Amino acid sequence: MEIRLKEKIIEGGLLFASLLTILTTIGIIWVLFTQSVGFFTEVSLWEFITATEWTPLFTKKSYGILPLLAGTMLTTFIAIAVALPLGVTIAIYLNEYADKRFRAYIKPMLEILAAVPTVVYGFFALTIVTPFLKLLFPEVASFNALSAGLVMGIMIIPMISSLSEDALFAVPKSLREGSYGLGATRLQTALRVLVPAASSGIIVSIILAISRAIGETMIVAIAAGQQPNLTINPLETVETITAYIVQVSLGDVPYASIEYRTIFAVGLSLFIFTFILNNISFYIRKKFQNKYE
Amino acid sequence: MAEENKLVEKPGNAPPEMEDNKFVITTHDANVYYGNTHAIKDVNIEIKANTVTAFIGPSGCGKSTFLRLFNRMNDYIESFRMTGDVVVNGQNIYHDKIRVEELRKKVGMVFQKPNPFPKSIFENVAFGLKIMGRKKKSELHEIVEKSLIQAALWDEVKDDLNKSALALSGGQQQRLCIARALAVEPTVLLMDEPASALDPISSAKIEELIFNLKQNYTIVIVTHNMSQAGRVSDKTAFFYLGELIEYGKTKNLFTNPEEELTERYITGRFG
Amino acid sequence: MNRVNINRYKDLAFQVVGIISTLVGLVLLAIFIFSIIKEGIARIDLDFLSSLPSRKAEKAGILTAWTGTMWIFFLTAIISITIGVAAGVYLEEYAKKNWFNNLLEINISNLAGVPSVIYGILGLEIFVRTMRLGGSLLAGSFTLSLLIMPIIIVATREALKAVPSTIREAAYGLGASKWQTTSMQVLPAAAGGISTGVILALSRAVGETAPLIVIGALAYVPFVAKSPMDEFTVLPMQIFNWTSRPDHDFVINAAAGIIILLGITFLLNGIAVYLRNRWQKKISW
Repeated sequence: MEIRLKEKIIEGGLLFASLLTILTTIGIIWVLFTQSVGFFTEVSLWEFITATEWTPLFTKKSYGILPLLAGTMLTTFIAIAVALPLGVTIAIYLNEYADKRFRAYIKPMLEILAAVPTVVYGFFALTIVTPFLKLLFPEVASFNALSAGLVMGIMIIPMISSLSEDALFAVPKSLREGSYGLGATRLQTALRVLVPAASSGIIVSIILAISRAIGETMIVAIAAGQQPNLTINPLETVETITAYIVQVSLGDVPYASIEYRTIFAVGLSLFIFTFILNNISFYIRKKFQNKYE
Repeated sequence: MAEENKLVEKPGNAPPEMEDNKFVITTHDANVYYGNTHAIKDVNIEIKANTVTAFIGPSGCGKSTFLRLFNRMNDYIESFRMTGDVVVNGQNIYHDKIRVEELRKKVGMVFQKPNPFPKSIFENVAFGLKIMGRKKKSELHEIVEKSLIQAALWDEVKDDLNKSALALSGGQQQRLCIARALAVEPTVLLMDEPASALDPISSAKIEELIFNLKQNYTIVIVTHNMSQAGRVSDKTAFFYLGELIEYGKTKNLFTNPEEELTERYITGRFG
Repeated sequence: MNRVNINRYKDLAFQVVGIISTLVGLVLLAIFIFSIIKEGIARIDLDFLSSLPSRKAEKAGILTAWTGTMWIFFLTAIISITIGVAAGVYLEEYAKKNWFNNLLEINISNLAGVPSVIYGILGLEIFVRTMRLGGSLLAGSFTLSLLIMPIIIVATREALKAVPSTIREAAYGLGASKWQTTSMQVLPAAAGGISTGVILALSRAVGETAPLIVIGALAYVPFVAKSPMDEFTVLPMQIFNWTSRPDHDFVINAAAGIIILLGITFLLNGIAVYLRNRWQKKISW
């Protein structure tokens, strides 16, 4: 049965292609774990989690991840503080107020915000936003968390607006009509009926946006700085986990040294955070997906 | 013992008389299950060559399901299961080792809603040939023309075979689908409510076509339009809730049905 | 003012807030781009495009960078399209609904959310070290292919889903095998949607910097790459390198480089949108 054999071979080839995705995940986990094990034989997990200084590249070495975490959290927080209100407002506006034509034009344009390469955003943050901030806050550092966070926020607006808009769109007409029928305005309907009804979708979009911001590299590497700093002051220089990985990669760190292994240890932490966030969002999406069906 | 030896090659239980070549299609105690639903119950039927047989019955009675046994199109439904025997052109198609692709070239199908490929008229009709490995342009052109003539569509499209099939009207698209099925030279043509999505004029054209095709093909047509069944078929089978209630010459079944259920259906008291 | 009027004013006020919110990001982006163009457009000339990088800002050019980007574009395209479309076809057309294929789907969703630096780390250990490819174009394009694979797989599946099942039914009815049906009818019908997704994915790959830094694409590459095993740099890396220099002239170079990079990005996205519109018109069956 020659055709049968040919069909089986083709199917096998296609299956192999999809198995490469599993291989990729296994590869990521394998690489991060095995190298981190090497790291944690020399540095205790306790020090990693609790020490307040991150100085693996200096002579006096300290391996506390808290400064990097602070940098990541601070820039992420600023980004979400920008993107969340704007994103949800846009979603409500496009859904309830805007006419079809406006929506049809604006939606693809918003996607452009997400398509700009991040190195370009980093350049904007460094050369335009930071000098502008200096006018407002003269004490702001040349590399600071606020600049990077603001620009990151702009970049992730479409993530929140697009997914939230889909969530609002999925709310059944009957709920809308019920609210309007009682004399509620568009705003009241949106805030009191639609947003709560679409809350699971909106929350998913926020979680995914947080995950994206945590994993962002170039904007923070260029504009936020390369000095680990345990702070919550957005005007100071900070270093994120991702920026640190880039810093080490640009340098001349010898292979299999402890300094080299630090990128795997922080990389593993980063992977775990985003993995958890992503799966929480999948879980929420799945659990509430069929709420109205 | 001798009978058992004869049957050893074919694991089904079809009695030896079924290998009779007089009948193109025969079924013996055919049952179809979708999961726990018993969709077709113990149906026995024999269809002669070069006849038109109509399957009628109310919605959901299983006539389409039964039709699709003949070319194994039910295979794509995950919960599908069948027992019994279906013998087509002498082959027990569910129990013999057959190649389903070969079966479908001998048993063609036309669907309820015309489904031409989003390609040109020529490419649509030639597709069946190309998958058989026929590549020669002259041969393809010849067969395409012949098929379109048989489907009574040639005159309307001969000037531009490269036109997109989707630009044709509904009735033309359906005739195109018939031509497409005829191109691979089947012996049997299965038609699942072929005219129900069409306007009355196109529908009438399809009926005329069926009448003409009878000379060269065995046709089985599922229809919910009883007058159509009356006009077009030699024999009619009435199905109800998965069972074959009555099967006989169309004229007799419609004027003098044997079963009360049949009479109630054709006089419009239900369905 | 009674309750109803207050609410109506709030409603109208929100309308204004809504429009402003929608436009604020775009307006800022426009300001950014405009100032970049002002800063860097004068720098772009034939010399700039055909010169190698240099320690002197006036002499430095992006020849290495844009040729590297071209290399990366084509190598990544070949690898990711082959594997990504194949995987998409398998998952959409062949895979049955069992726990394993469910796992595959979840895994792909997860991979889509992994930060790009992590792919860089993966590439560093597997491609650069274990497979001994070094900081080469091959290592870079393998790494980026893995990064954009989930995008291509999802786009392929969506495009295949949009092809009506009646097409497949008609093909099977004529005796076509699964592969014949898929390759001769379904894939051609889905080609427009797949192309759109592929181009968007490649546009993303072309703009990536972090994974390439991690695998060791060098910041300073004073030669043009001639084979897939050569070391390389790409436009975003060159921009990053120049941005990090304190010398203001390098900042101008960076701005010029950004104009080129944005031009490529917008061109690719524009092509993708055009293809998507054409394909969506076609599939109104």
